[in-house]
Amino acid sequence: MLLNQFLILAAFLFCVGVYGVLARKNAVLVLMSIELMLNAVNLNLVAFSNRVGDVGGQVFALFVITIAAAEVGVGLAIVLLIYRNRVSVELDEIDSMKG
Amino acid sequence: MVGQNVAFAIIAAVMAVSAVAVVTVRNVVHAALALVAVLAGVAAQYVLLQAEFVAIVQVLVYIGAVIILFLFGIMLTRAPMTKNFHLDNNLRGWAMGVAALILGVLVVLMGDSFGDEEIGGGSPTTTSAVANSIFRTYVIAFEVVSLLLLAALVGAIVLARKD
Repeated sequence: MLLNQFLILAAFLFCVGVYGVLARKNAVLVLMSIELMLNAVNLNLVAFSNRVGDVGGQVFALFVITIAAAEVGVGLAIVLLIYRNRVSVELDEIDSMKG
Repeated sequence: MVGQNVAFAIIAAVMAVSAVAVVTVRNVVHAALALVAVLAGVAAQYVLLQAEFVAIVQVLVYIGAVIILFLFGIMLTRAPMTKNFHLDNNLRGWAMGVAALILGVLVVLMGDSFGDEEIGGGSPTTTSAVANSIFRTYVIAFEVVSLLLLAALVGAIVLARKD
């Protein structure tokens, strides 16, 4: 197996995540796209861990998984709060701080 | 080696199609199901990369917990299920341009840097090696992550509580 095949797959996942964050309007779907990007980073970490022969990359992939879980928890709580206050999770409509 | 490459190609194709489905389908629950396919594919790639423990944690935490959280989020925000409801904003063209630009730059750079380096020759990583690394080399980072997780969970409860 080539190192590059994993790196290019991860780059593709990351770019799909970037597209989702920019083009989606529903807050839950934006959070899903962020998960795609975090998974791309994890794939890179594990691939390089295999390349270097050090488990440090896998340990940091585990840390990133933990942080992703925390991020989804807080993110969905915020989305829920916005829905309760505005009865909508459309990101285009949340513009109270627009100058 | 050929078997591994065939497995990689099949899993990668499924992952690519599912990832595109996550950001394009018009139904929020279908997007969550496509995300399950992507996450399972990532776990399979970890197995190919000889990182079994990370693969198992990926299945447990992502497919087991994060997706359930997403489904609860979809349910509680009463996401639109009808087909002709707009889930995308009007920045699709720009978003596609930015994503294509990043992908192009990354692919060129990685082709330049890593050429045809081979990986996957060593023996699988044992769970005890991962545990030794976490609790010896990275023990401070581990404690910080534990504290962060606790703070995030308390914060999520405080935010979502009705009072």
